[in-house]
Amino acid sequence: MDVDSSQRQMAAYLRDHQDKLVGRWTELVVAGQRGQSSAAEVRRELEDLYSLLIGAMAGPDEQAASELRAALAELSRSRARGGFTPSETALAVFALKDAVYELAADAADLMPEYFAFSRMLDDLGLHTFETYAAARERIIADQAQAMLELSTPVVRLWEGIIAVPLVGTLDSARAQLVMEKLLETLIATGAEHAVLDITGVSTVDTEVAQHLLKTVSAARLLGAECIVSGIRPQVAQTIVSLGIEFGDIATKATLADALAYALSRTGQKVAKTGPA
Amino acid sequence: MTERVPILKISSTLFVSIQIDLQDESVVRLQEDLADELAATGARGVIIDITAVEIVDSFIGRMLATIGSISRLFDAETVLVGMRPAVAITLTELGLSLRGVRTALNAEKGLALLNGSS
Repeated sequence: MDVDSSQRQMAAYLRDHQDKLVGRWTELVVAGQRGQSSAAEVRRELEDLYSLLIGAMAGPDEQAASELRAALAELSRSRARGGFTPSETALAVFALKDAVYELAADAADLMPEYFAFSRMLDDLGLHTFETYAAARERIIADQAQAMLELSTPVVRLWEGIIAVPLVGTLDSARAQLVMEKLLETLIATGAEHAVLDITGVSTVDTEVAQHLLKTVSAARLLGAECIVSGIRPQVAQTIVSLGIEFGDIATKATLADALAYALSRTGQKVAKTGPA
Repeated sequence: MTERVPILKISSTLFVSIQIDLQDESVVRLQEDLADELAATGARGVIIDITAVEIVDSFIGRMLATIGSISRLFDAETVLVGMRPAVAITLTELGLSLRGVRTALNAEKGLALLNGSS
């Protein structure tokens, strides 16, 4: 018996027992999904897949096969976005094997057909997996971009004083973004003092220091003074042992010190109004 | 014929607002005009407004620094005001920090800087 005819026979079997099989398939998938989507929703999805699957098996039809793959890809993409685990996604395909096996176990004459069918479902399962992984990677790339944009806030600390709290790693792309945002804010607010707080920067090496120095001298060209704050003890040691010179740039241990310094430079003073 | 940048005298300050695309010749011309004007008026301060300047190269950056040095010889302070972020980034990348020139965010602050220092 050749593969084509066994597939056609299987397709006929699937069509005959459609209601029972889709019902059981839905049950298995819903049970494996921790109730993240309703049974009716899953059933609708699976019914579509089921008819596409029968279509693909019924004959050597290239279009039906590619439609089936596209539907599976769409399913795994939406699962990846919906926060489903990889096994929950693959289960959607593999559960059909169980459903068919339970029903066809008694019919001994269907065994060879079942094996061919199972092989085909394995292929489809792998395809689901691949699309799932690709969709996940896309999400990660999008999030990295979103983080880059989110993670460079410029805040107004006081009249004429702004601050840039830097968090994470400072690579060239981020340093450039920070510099542009800082300069734009200096112009927009007319602030003359900017505090670059590096408390959250995990490592300070020569490259990071170079970025900081560039930002400071660009701000100077605009007529604003920068203060670098949040230098931790280890960072101070690294800076000295690397031989990095901050020159005449004011550096302070904490953001509070930097603010106090900037206030005194702008001739402002914060005083207590009474007993605490 | 190169375009000329007008130099305005307001009390003891010379005010230069650059509103043209800077060519090398016009910057050299400005430098000469400014030196003449400083000698003639004895002004104590120079404000150069570059709000409208969007493109600078290393030559123009250097000429701005030179103008600062020339003014200093006439005992006048130079303040560069209104630099755009893109220009500041370019000058920094070129390694020009314009050491001899003071900078301010806008003309008002530049004027306050001159009056405060004199």
